[in-house]
Parts: sequence; structure tokens; C-alpha cells
Amino acid sequence: MKNYIDDINKAFESRVRLGIMSILMVNDFMDFPSLKEQLQITDGNLASHLAALEKLEYISVSKQFIGKKPNTSYAATDIGRKAFSEHLNALERLISISGQ
Amino acid sequence: MDKNQEHLEAIRDIRTLMERSSRFLPLSGLSGILIGVWALVCTAIAYSLLGISIQDPGYHTLLLENGQLSTSKFPLLLADFMVVLIIALSTGMFMAMRKAKKMNLPVWDATARRMLTNLAIPLVAGGLYCLILLYRGEISLIAPATLLFYGLALLNASKYTINEMRFLGILEISTGLLGTLFADFGLLFWALGFGILHIVYGILIYYKYEK
Repeated sequence: MKNYIDDINKAFESRVRLGIMSILMVNDFMDFPSLKEQLQITDGNLASHLAALEKLEYISVSKQFIGKKPNTSYAATDIGRKAFSEHLNALERLISISGQ
Repeated sequence: MDKNQEHLEAIRDIRTLMERSSRFLPLSGLSGILIGVWALVCTAIAYSLLGISIQDPGYHTLLLENGQLSTSKFPLLLADFMVVLIIALSTGMFMAMRKAKKMNLPVWDATARRMLTNLAIPLVAGGLYCLILLYRGEISLIAPATLLFYGLALLNASKYTINEMRFLGILEISTGLLGTLFADFGLLFWALGFGILHIVYGILIYYKYEK
């Protein structure tokens, strides 16, 4: 059981980060306002978690302008996808062990 | 045990977010039923405008007079279909807004835009194709062509909404192919595809998600 706990990724312990990654796993990219709407959290909270995930290189950020408005969108990187899948597998194994 | 509960909740959150953020969910079964009924009413009006009963083949020959589009019957028939199209679209939108409110979901977000874009591309192509058929005088192929392109549109959009739409799409395509093969009965196949299939689909969705 111990090595399963090692697979639990500390980066995803926050619910917000888990949420961000869940969304970016099934969407090619998503912009800031849409993420905020899905997760129902404040700008500051979302921004700080996005920055943390970006620092880990789990997500990539692209900035562009739509008309005159700046638009920032986020996408999961390959490293991020791999880390998140491993985290999910570890979660599932943990649950199935303690469920027995 | 507490930790376990936390993990379970985390997984539930992940599932909901994955589904909610990538698919447009507030599609209403009742609107499927209503749209089907409008289509049947539309077909009934079309048959009475043409003055034939549903067993009579070759409805499209009545729309031509000496190789030209009939100026008396064709505009009425076109108006019939256009009015029903507008009513059907409004019904779909109104019911989706109602259901979104009930489900506490936004009705106009990235998922809605993505589903509509994917629906619109084959539909616009189909609309243009029907105009070309009309221009070339291939009246009998128009009704089944609307089924074919509508089915392709549903199939295309189904990746971004409830899975059941995929099956409806495949059935619409099949109906469109049969309607092309038996073009004399094109209106009947049109009623089957847009009427009966929508009603059956609507009832299934209603019982699965709304009851």
C-alpha cells in the first residue's frame, strides 16, 4: 500500500488544481473566464493555482488578442497529462484497497 | 476512512467536471417530442396543400408545371416548411434554456458554441446543396437530402453533447438514403425522419434523464 501513496501527486491535492486538470484533459484548451465559470471560484484563487501548475509545466499558457481584448487560454501539456493519469490511477487503487 | 471518502469525492468531482466542461448537456427530451409533432403537422399540411393522400406516389411531380416550378403550390409548400423550421428551432432553444436553468448550468458557454458550430457546418452545406438541387430542378431529391445532411450534422455534433444524439444521427442518415432510393415517397420518409424518429428519441431522452 505504501507505494500507492507515493504515487499520489502532491501537486493535485488542491481541489482547484484537480478541477483545472480535469477540464483541460477533455478540452484542447480553455480560456480564463470559462475555467472560472466551470469551477466557480474567484479570479485570484484561480490565477494562483494556474500559475502553480504552469510552473510545474503541467499546463501551457497562450496569450492572444480577440479584437482589443486580451485572451489567455490554457492547455494541458504531455507531462501534465501523464502526471494527472498517474494520480488518478493511484487514487483508484487506494480506494479499491481500502474498500476491500 | 475519512481519507477514503475524500478520494471518492475527488474522483466524483473529476468525473462531473470532465463531462460538464466538454459536453453540452441541457438538451431536452420534451423538445424532441414537440419538434417531431411539428414535423408531422408540417407533412400533413404539405399533403393537403398538394391535394393528395399519403399513399399517392410522386408528390414532387405536382410541384412542376411544364418543367417549371409551380407558382401556385411551390411557394405555399416552401412557406409551410420554413414556418415549421422556425417554430422547431425556437422550441429547441426555448426548451434548452429552460432545462439549463433547471440543471443550474449556463446555456451559452464554450460547450454550447462548440456543439452548435459542429452542427452548423454540415447543416449549412446541406442548405446550399438543397438550393443547388432546386436550381437544377431535382425537386424529388430535396426532402431526402435534408435528412441526410441533418443526420450528418447530428453525428458530427454528438461528440460534444449527449451520446444518444449519435444514434439519432445514424438513423436520420439511413432514412435519408432510403428516401433517396424511394424518392416518390420522399415526403413520407421526411415525416418518418423528422417526425417519428424525433418523437421516439425525445421519449427515450425524457425517460432516461428527466423522469
